Amino acid sequence: MAEKLNAADVGAEKHILVMRDITKDYLVGEETSHVLKGVNLTVDKGEFLAILGPSGSGKSTLMNIIGCLDVPTGGDYLLSGRRIADQSETSLAHIRNKEIGFVFQQFQLLQKQTARDNVELPLIYANVPEKKRKERVEEVLEKVGLADRIDYYPGQLSGGQQQRVAIARAIAVNPTILLADEPTGALDQKTGAQVMKIFEDLNSEGRTIIMITHDRHIAVHAKRIVRILDGNLVEGDESFA
Amino acid sequence: MFGTTMVRQSFKMSVQNIKSNKMRSFLTMLGIVIGVAAVIALITIVQSVTDKVMGQFSDLGAGTMSVEASGSAMKKGLTESDIAAIAAVDGIDGVSPSVSATTSVVYDGEIYKKVSVKGYNATYFDHNNIIASGRGFTEQDMSGSSMVCIVDSTFIKNILYGKEVLGQTVRIKGIDYTVVGVKKDADSIMDSYSDTSELDGSVIVPYKNSLSMAGAQNVTSLDVYLADNADSSTVEKRLRSEMNNIYNNADNSFYIINMESLLSSMNQIKGMMSGMLGGIASIALLVGGIGIMNMMLVSVSERTKEIGLRKALGAEPARIQAQFLIESIVLSVIGGLIGVGFGLIIAYIGSVLLKATFTISVGAIALGLGFSLIVGVVFGWAPARRASRLNPIDALRSD
Repeated sequence: MAEKLNAADVGAEKHILVMRDITKDYLVGEETSHVLKGVNLTVDKGEFLAILGPSGSGKSTLMNIIGCLDVPTGGDYLLSGRRIADQSETSLAHIRNKEIGFVFQQFQLLQKQTARDNVELPLIYANVPEKKRKERVEEVLEKVGLADRIDYYPGQLSGGQQQRVAIARAIAVNPTILLADEPTGALDQKTGAQVMKIFEDLNSEGRTIIMITHDRHIAVHAKRIVRILDGNLVEGDESFA
Repeated sequence: MFGTTMVRQSFKMSVQNIKSNKMRSFLTMLGIVIGVAAVIALITIVQSVTDKVMGQFSDLGAGTMSVEASGSAMKKGLTESDIAAIAAVDGIDGVSPSVSATTSVVYDGEIYKKVSVKGYNATYFDHNNIIASGRGFTEQDMSGSSMVCIVDSTFIKNILYGKEVLGQTVRIKGIDYTVVGVKKDADSIMDSYSDTSELDGSVIVPYKNSLSMAGAQNVTSLDVYLADNADSSTVEKRLRSEMNNIYNNADNSFYIINMESLLSSMNQIKGMMSGMLGGIASIALLVGGIGIMNMMLVSVSERTKEIGLRKALGAEPARIQAQFLIESIVLSVIGGLIGVGFGLIIAYIGSVLLKATFTISVGAIALGLGFSLIVGVVFGWAPARRASRLNPIDALRSD
């Protein structure tokens, strides 16, 4: 068994995300399916990383593990110096709240709540006082250019606008990593480009972004690209076929 | 752990959810509404009716005992000296014989066969406020020289119809009596049971006169009036020993009805009835609770995706559980409030129909609301727990 990682070893100050030999097995019927076969990944503060891979490559599984929605079968994962395997359900919830800002392909906004209420949600879970929450909601919606849509319901917004609300929600608590899963997957090319522009701006302000995509044209917006194929991670995008 | 914001948010969301599923929420609440309405209505009606009956009992019997003295083989009934001895017992203010008979009355040449006759003494009128006009009996009347009587409204209606009542002379069992008083109409349940409407009326005469009408030598029934502040059980003991003295300790020669102990056993019966009816109504509440649980389970599975998202955004399992628990409580307490409203309306109608005073029982309302709150917690617990344990990935993936 490999030695456990600890924060001092990996230099958690700089490397906010360190993965060592991460494996994930699923039991499908009687057979074990090895979805991740020993992933090693280090992400530094301020990086804009794209994880590129076709469907079935295990990229969604990797994203769930990065986002602490799922736990790996083997290997070590340190996020901001904390071993994820050691965390309880409740502290995983706290880590998701404070460390990760999710942006989903299908936006995942609550349809019965306004843009304001949607963006406010992670702030409520972070126990931010009401007055500060209000200020912060306005601030982040302003940042994605939707200050004038604050009281709109998702149904009253276009796809691009909905995804911008989702981005505002993702950055509301100022998380360590912005984790985006096919953020432009449900958008047309033009609005997709707008969303990527927002990501680039956020990154240039120093925000760490990890983006999972199957689309090379989207991946090129990132500063660094890793490929995932059959559960293995490879640096660079040259030999992607 | 979670502040008021959390509760307010959950409350807001549950109201939203209830509104967006109006029909389903309504049907779910109906179980609770019916259960709580039944609890409130039954308890309130039982309370109103028993309060009324007991109020009359205590009007009738506060500080009263009654003695039924059948006597022994050696001695039948109570003689005048026995009655005097009983009246002299410490703690007893006075006694009145109570004689009942049915006899015929002649007035204006006509014979009325079915007239109820009661015999009392002057003391009776000191303790029972039954005279509407005229007067009750005095000690002088008791000496036996004056032939006086008191009649009731039925007597007036059937026999003395249209006449000036006081001062009329009626012939009862061959003796002429002068009417000196009119009895108040019965307004208590007790009296209305004893005054059967088949009778042509009822008349009260001095008890000695009534004994012959009843075909008796001695008094067998006695009302005993307690002195103020006398302890009824102590007086009952003394009375019992005096009675034993009179009948030389003969078995089964008499029995004593202590109104106060009667009241306390009625109170027990009332408690039992309330409990039993409440128990039956709780079954309705249980069924309502199962309805709530069903709706909450449906709600959880419908909102699996939402739960997954909330978890991804950082909601702890406990918070998800609290949210659904609050939703279940809101649902059942709203049902409870509506149920209280309906229950009070039903209770009001019921007490009007039963001619009882409608009293809003705060206890019943608290019970109804408390019950619905408990139902919300108990039957919301399992669905809320299920929600809190959902795996965020599976939940997010579901469509």
